Amino acid sequence: MTTSTVTAQAPVTASPASTAPDPARLRRRRRLAQWGFVAPAVVFMLLFFGYPLVRNVVMSFQHYTPKTFFTGEAPFNGTDNWSNVFQDALFGKALWHTLVFTAGSLLGQFCIGLALAVFFSRRFPLGGALRSLILLPWLVPMVVSGIVWRRILDQDTGVLNSFLDTLGLGGHTPWLTSPHMALLSVVLVNIWIGIPFNMVILYGGLQEIPKELYEAASLDGASAWRTFRSITLPMLKPVITVVLVLGFMSTVKILDLILALTDGGPADSTQTLGTLTYQNSFVQLDFGAGAVVGNVLILISAVFAVFYLRANRTEGK
Amino acid sequence: MSKRFTSLALTAHPPATGPGGRGRSRRAVAPVAAACALIAGAALTGCGQQRDADVYTVLNSSTDESYHRWDAEAMTRCGEQLGVTIEQQSVPAAQVMTKALRMASSKSLPDIVQFDASEMPTFAEAGGLVDLRSLGLSTDDIPPGIVDFGSYKGTYYGAARSVNTLALFYNKDILDEAGLKVPATWAELRETARKLTQGKRYGLALSAGGAEDGVFQFTPFMWSNGGDETKLDSPQVAEALDYWKSLLKDGSLSKSTVNWTQADVNDQFMAGNAAMMINGPWQVETLNTDKSLHWGIAQIPVPEAGDDSVGPLGGAVLTVPGTGDEARERTAGRIVACLAGEKEQLTYALNSWMVPANAEAAAVWRERVPELDALADQVAAARSRTAKLGAGWSNVSLALQSAFQSALTGQSSEAALKRAQQRATSGN
Repeated sequence: MTTSTVTAQAPVTASPASTAPDPARLRRRRRLAQWGFVAPAVVFMLLFFGYPLVRNVVMSFQHYTPKTFFTGEAPFNGTDNWSNVFQDALFGKALWHTLVFTAGSLLGQFCIGLALAVFFSRRFPLGGALRSLILLPWLVPMVVSGIVWRRILDQDTGVLNSFLDTLGLGGHTPWLTSPHMALLSVVLVNIWIGIPFNMVILYGGLQEIPKELYEAASLDGASAWRTFRSITLPMLKPVITVVLVLGFMSTVKILDLILALTDGGPADSTQTLGTLTYQNSFVQLDFGAGAVVGNVLILISAVFAVFYLRANRTEGK
Repeated sequence: MSKRFTSLALTAHPPATGPGGRGRSRRAVAPVAAACALIAGAALTGCGQQRDADVYTVLNSSTDESYHRWDAEAMTRCGEQLGVTIEQQSVPAAQVMTKALRMASSKSLPDIVQFDASEMPTFAEAGGLVDLRSLGLSTDDIPPGIVDFGSYKGTYYGAARSVNTLALFYNKDILDEAGLKVPATWAELRETARKLTQGKRYGLALSAGGAEDGVFQFTPFMWSNGGDETKLDSPQVAEALDYWKSLLKDGSLSKSTVNWTQADVNDQFMAGNAAMMINGPWQVETLNTDKSLHWGIAQIPVPEAGDDSVGPLGGAVLTVPGTGDEARERTAGRIVACLAGEKEQLTYALNSWMVPANAEAAAVWRERVPELDALADQVAAARSRTAKLGAGWSNVSLALQSAFQSALTGQSSEAALKRAQQRATSGN
């Protein structure tokens, strides 16, 4: 949008100086220049997004094994990979876990992030220091958080259970060792990791809301909840969309955190599409099956992206 | 800004910017030249991997400082002997296979790859390895079990320098204090573990984690009981799994067992949270860092007195990937022969606490390291995981992980193993 206005203006200011050249030639040159600016982006997109994407789709229809790396031959096998993956009970499980994980993480991260953002938007002593402390989880590499949390959540020697024990709350919760608890624990850790990101972006959004609106609301005698619902939330809507979309993109493809915490276990109770595609491609070396799961993951993201673009467009109007 | 950038690029890669230098407008050319220089630089480093006539590379997983150093020393000695330079490229163990495959597709395979023995069949089946016997390596001094360990479909592709297996490690002080002797049968192990479980201390620690570690630890129980990886739903395998379940039910095993790697198990043992553990000799170096810990080692208990204790054979093998350059492959074969030779094996085994593969080296090793005698016995009877299934092992391994984790967290062993067998045969 912005680039076209800029390129359209530039030749207009330049034209009086030149000695009235052929308008057709001028237009052609202008078009060429426009393409010249677009070309690097197009080449980049094709090379680094288009090619791998197409390659991944093609690979999902191929019998792609370790042998392929030597012979370069990957015979097409129709929809064999797809039907194998879809018939595998683990795929359904992983899909369900991915949805639960994503929904749970986003809900928790967003609600707590928003609450903290609202809290910190008031000024109080040490507010700035506290706010920067809350950023810490964001600075810690995902794998490091995973390993540290694995220790914290250990059933016998973990700090969390010892703490609960001291409080008399029965410190024997099998956080990561029970198939019924593991997914919840992984979601909780991911919420902890995601709070700073949500808080920072939402806090930025809150700063943009004109103070006059709140003044007007208080003059009208609106309650705190009413002010939040009728001013803060609607004014924050574009920022909320961005936070949720970015959050979704980074959560749905989760791999590192789960590998570090549970390795997909116990008994596959924390297998997600991310870990499944990793396992298919890099443990079983069945790259075709891995590509199928990867494509499903891309498809889910794509559907969500379409909704996002739709929402943005209606908002723009 | 851009001017400084080009000058930097120019000093870094003088030849690349030569032709572009005499352009028309300096300002337009500068960024282009910089970009070209960078691209050319990147391309040049890519070509830098060209094989050097006297430099041979080994891809291994010796990322630990001590292992990397021991390997470097061995390679220097062998290099001097053969008149070549040997370099090692170390990547994490889990990445050796994928890295080697990528190198195969870009025709840049190293001269020697050290694979974990359970991964070697996959690479061999893809047609990537050279028969070591055809390169002049002899297997005369190597016990047949270890030749099988490095073979796939009867062809000897991988020379082991040392092998390892699992054994029962016990805390001598705790056992003495309780007046108990080292258990030798399943019943004794269960009883001893139950008696040694006190307060925060568990009687036994083992790894039932959802990765190869857990499967490695389950195999001695499965095999000693007559079970087999080709039939996971047999009563023998179910019995072995039920035995694990009984230890968990007694409270002798921590419930965290399903989330532990073998390294975690060792941490628990060293911290005094477990009186005994199932683990391998690669932990000995760490165990010895704690001088106050007095540990002993014994064969893994068997179902009934008199049964054979069959452990899994573990370790890495040196292989020569097929690069098409026969002269280089022959030299690579000589390097493997030197690294896996009796002398180097002994040095490596004494450093790493693993058992030499070579029979004569193993005999010397036994004298030098009498405290690990039980381990040498266990190795002699140990079995390779891939002997029966070859490249099919990874499927079975994944199915088995899922099965014992399900069983240890509530499911019945029979149901879990039945599903595992279905999953293993369907290939998913």
